[in-house]
Amino acid sequence: MADTNTEDAFVEFDRVQKSYDGEVLVVKDLNLSMPKGEFLTMLGPSGSGKTTCLMMLAGFETATNGEIRLGGKEINNIPPHKRGIGMVFQNYALFPHMTVNENLSFPLEVRGMGRDERESKVARALDMVQMGAFGNRRPAQLSGGQQQRIALARALVFDPKLVLMDEPLGALDKQLREHMQYEIKHLHESLGITVVYVTHDQSEALTMSDRVAVFDDGRIQQLAAPADLYERPENSFVAQFIGENNKLSGTVESKSGDTATVRLTDGETCQALAVSCGDVGSETLISIRPERISVAAESGPNSTSADVKELIYLGDHIRCRLNVHGNDDFVVKVPNSAGHEHLVVGEKTQVTWAVEDARALNPL
Amino acid sequence: MTDAVADPISSARGQAQLTTADGIPLKTALAIAQSKARRRAFLLVLPLLAFVLITFVAPIGQMLYRSVHNPAFSDNAPALAVWFEANPTGTEPDEAAYEALVSDLRAMRENKTQGVAGTRINYDLAGSRSLFTSTARKSAKMEPPFKEAVLDADEDWADPQLWQVMRTASSAYTANFYLAALDRTRDENGNIVRVNENRRLYVGNFIKTMLLSALITGCCLVLGYPIAHLLATLPLRHSNLLMIFVLLPFWTSLLVRTTSWIVLLQSQGVVNDTLVAVGVVADESRIQMIYNQTGTIVAMVHILLPFMVLPLYSVMRPINPSYVRAARSLGATSWTAFRRIYVPQTVPGMGAGGLLVFILAVGYYITPALVGGASGQLISNFIAFHMQKSLNWSLAAALAALLLACILLLYWLYDRLIGIDNLKLG
Amino acid sequence: MKMTLILTTALTSMSFAASAQEVTVMSWGGAYTKSQVEAYHKPFTAETGITINSVDSDNPATPIKAQVEAGNVTVDVADVEYSDAIRLCDEGLLEEIDASMLPAAPDGMSAADDFIEGAITDCAVANIVWSTVMAYNTESVDGTPTTIADFFDLEKFPGKRGLRKSAKATLEMALMADGVAAGDVYAAMETDEGIDRAFAKLDTIKDDIVWWEAGAQPPQLLADGEVAMSTAYNGRIFNAAVGEGQPFEIVWDGQILDFDLFVVPKGAPNKEAAMQFISFSTDTQRLADQASWISYGPARKSSGALVGKYSDGITDMAPHMPTAAANLSNALVNNFDFWADRDAELNERFNAWLAS
Repeated sequence: MADTNTEDAFVEFDRVQKSYDGEVLVVKDLNLSMPKGEFLTMLGPSGSGKTTCLMMLAGFETATNGEIRLGGKEINNIPPHKRGIGMVFQNYALFPHMTVNENLSFPLEVRGMGRDERESKVARALDMVQMGAFGNRRPAQLSGGQQQRIALARALVFDPKLVLMDEPLGALDKQLREHMQYEIKHLHESLGITVVYVTHDQSEALTMSDRVAVFDDGRIQQLAAPADLYERPENSFVAQFIGENNKLSGTVESKSGDTATVRLTDGETCQALAVSCGDVGSETLISIRPERISVAAESGPNSTSADVKELIYLGDHIRCRLNVHGNDDFVVKVPNSAGHEHLVVGEKTQVTWAVEDARALNPL
Repeated sequence: MTDAVADPISSARGQAQLTTADGIPLKTALAIAQSKARRRAFLLVLPLLAFVLITFVAPIGQMLYRSVHNPAFSDNAPALAVWFEANPTGTEPDEAAYEALVSDLRAMRENKTQGVAGTRINYDLAGSRSLFTSTARKSAKMEPPFKEAVLDADEDWADPQLWQVMRTASSAYTANFYLAALDRTRDENGNIVRVNENRRLYVGNFIKTMLLSALITGCCLVLGYPIAHLLATLPLRHSNLLMIFVLLPFWTSLLVRTTSWIVLLQSQGVVNDTLVAVGVVADESRIQMIYNQTGTIVAMVHILLPFMVLPLYSVMRPINPSYVRAARSLGATSWTAFRRIYVPQTVPGMGAGGLLVFILAVGYYITPALVGGASGQLISNFIAFHMQKSLNWSLAAALAALLLACILLLYWLYDRLIGIDNLKLG
Repeated sequence: MKMTLILTTALTSMSFAASAQEVTVMSWGGAYTKSQVEAYHKPFTAETGITINSVDSDNPATPIKAQVEAGNVTVDVADVEYSDAIRLCDEGLLEEIDASMLPAAPDGMSAADDFIEGAITDCAVANIVWSTVMAYNTESVDGTPTTIADFFDLEKFPGKRGLRKSAKATLEMALMADGVAAGDVYAAMETDEGIDRAFAKLDTIKDDIVWWEAGAQPPQLLADGEVAMSTAYNGRIFNAAVGEGQPFEIVWDGQILDFDLFVVPKGAPNKEAAMQFISFSTDTQRLADQASWISYGPARKSSGALVGKYSDGITDMAPHMPTAAANLSNALVNNFDFWADRDAELNERFNAWLAS
């Protein structure tokens, strides 16, 4: 599933397992490799093992089994301060008893850097995050967004090979968060650093990353570029977790090439792309994105009637909740453009979708 | 909260006083609106205020007053007071002085107060109590000339220092008890001099008390810091159990705890027996670990440790482990991270614990009395001695007031150096 | 007005009625009160018909002061320590006691001569003598110490010494150990040279002293082997040795005697009966009887010969009395006046010496 090609791998997890209590594996057989310069996001619900992976990479947790390699060298037994990895924490972890300048020069100081060099580096790092004027403030005198920038500058000031970020934007309000996402992305691009980013916010993951590793139950469910992840989820968890998704469950009736015919629970059939469903007779879950469904369209291969249950006006589009094939939660996004028929609650309509847009996945 | 709303237009118009919509000055309106709440708040704290005043402020005030006010002699020697008033310091006591003395002694004999008055003079000049009791007994039969009669009865009455002491004691207000508490006294001319070297006691003991308390505080910090850290970092389930062990000494009687140290540390005690059995120490040269300063330090560190651990714990518990992690990820060794990042954040706890332990140690009494032997006595033991045995309450009060002053001075220093707002008790 | 008069009269007559039959005696409780009930109270009631109301207090001097000052005296006779007897008398809180009313000894010697010197004061009559003695544990001492000088002889009798942490008694013992005769001790202590001499003597054992403060400590220190010898109150050592079988011995040489005395508070409701009780209780036989119940000595010399056996029926009490002739050969009576004058000064010096 994960790409374990070690040719140009910079960070590598090789069959890594982690257990805290000797009874439950928090991380089950993790394999991951990422090239230099990549922005990789670990995305998943809480408890999925993504933060544990980050902590193992940073050196604060030890892997129970397997190897973690950085730049081709095994780092399992290297203490955190020798790994040269910058890290941004969820609560920023700015040292409250130090000024911004002192916070930034701390990593330089412990590396034995001279005073002049420290000062110029600190100034450059502060300018980089547009915080040049705040050097003498204490963290408590800064707003959340400002603290976030300082934390970022501190993680970068000593030119680390790799920067880890543990939900760094979790505490910011929506607008600031979106703004910071772009800033981090730009820093990544302009500095050419390698970033491993942990978040549970999928839009953040999709916006910023080169690749996203979706975690669940201690495993990477899918590692792919954001577009692939959304367009081509490989299992029902990813389909469900990334973006909005309509599910139709049933059994595979027949398969021909890439296409599977699925007998749905209400007895009707539906044609779908066979992605990860089993052989004929096995259970499957069909995933269809809401925006890939046409309403009141002419009949096609997957055309069926639907009851309109609820309409929510959202300006650019209208969100319709329908009953399709017995599923009451079938959501369709209807663009609010001229020429689109407006639905009425309680009436029936016809919905249809292309076979490629319906993905038959293994049920979880 | 207040229903009086300032009219924004009138206030914007210029310097005119702000008023409510009804034309009442805004400040008045605010005061009226808040007065009820304030009165209720005051009534709520009134019981405590009364309690503090009655049980704390009043007794301490009375104690401080006692340290400068002792009417035992002045109340009983009115005639002498008149003579001292009329004749300046240094005047040779004449017949009139002795006549006043005899008349006062007769009155004392009548009222049976010669012992009280003599005791007061005895505080400043040892040996004069019996002078008063014996001469008072003879005073009834004395006839003029009184000077001869009195000197006949006891020639010690001619001592000029005695007259100087009576002169100062003829006023109920005196600083002599503070002088005594600072190992000072007045010579026959009323000058302040240090007492004879072999009686200098209190200044040295104040210094010793401060040094010992500082040492005990230091030991508590060194021993308590790791415990508090462990408590703060362990999962709550384990740390609660450990916390019980920390608090266990609180639930045991102070006497029992102190006595168990005697059992452990005495020369025939558990520790010495073990050392002898192991062969570290010869049977004849058992180590003296109790009834001296060592005993006081060991027992007091044990007793005061919780007062250090609890504030430290309360400061350490909320310190996010990510600070140290951040420092480590930034390249600091675990020692550097501890020293530069963790320790500075626990300063409020160290300050609170240190201040608490120090102040408690400075005033500690029972433990040094039981295990301190000769060298482990603190100033409180002398205060207790003067309260309970010598019954010189004025001197006890002066010593206590000086101790209070020392602590306030330290508190002030702490405020200047570290800042009192940088103190977290829990 | 009339009502008040009637009430007052009634109350007065009631108190008179009571006074004919009862005397309230306040003492220290425990075995000590028991010894007094057995030796004094029961025979007194049997002889005079006056009942005794026995009351206990932690220190009877304290309620006396309170009662007299409040003008509400309920105690007729109290058993107090020497220092309190003098102090209360000085403060005018006690009735004076006429020593001539006390019965003479069986051989006709007057009470004033028969009582040990200092046992009769203006306001008080002693009933018992207790003493501060030197005691040792036979198991931790080789040989037999016999004099107070041995207490200070670390070469002959190695081992730690227990001493009360107080100048009182300690200085006297040091002087006696240094060869000052008992009779000259207080005269010597009036001079600076004498005090210097006492401290110089204490210096010789300073590093080997374990200081005690409560009376219960010395038997414990001796039993634990913490000290080889200690000063102690004789009653405590007697109880440990005879009562509990501890291997303790008392060296009577250089003992310092102290009194417990009967006093009558000023305004006692039954003053006459109180005086009668004191006179009865402090005769030769009664004082001797009390010694059977507790190892404190009778305050009369003539009682010594009449002291019998301890209440266990085996132990002869006479040799355990501080006042036994053999024990008095080199004994000192505590001089209250001296200590009233010098306590503060000498304790300061003592404490300064301790700390140096």
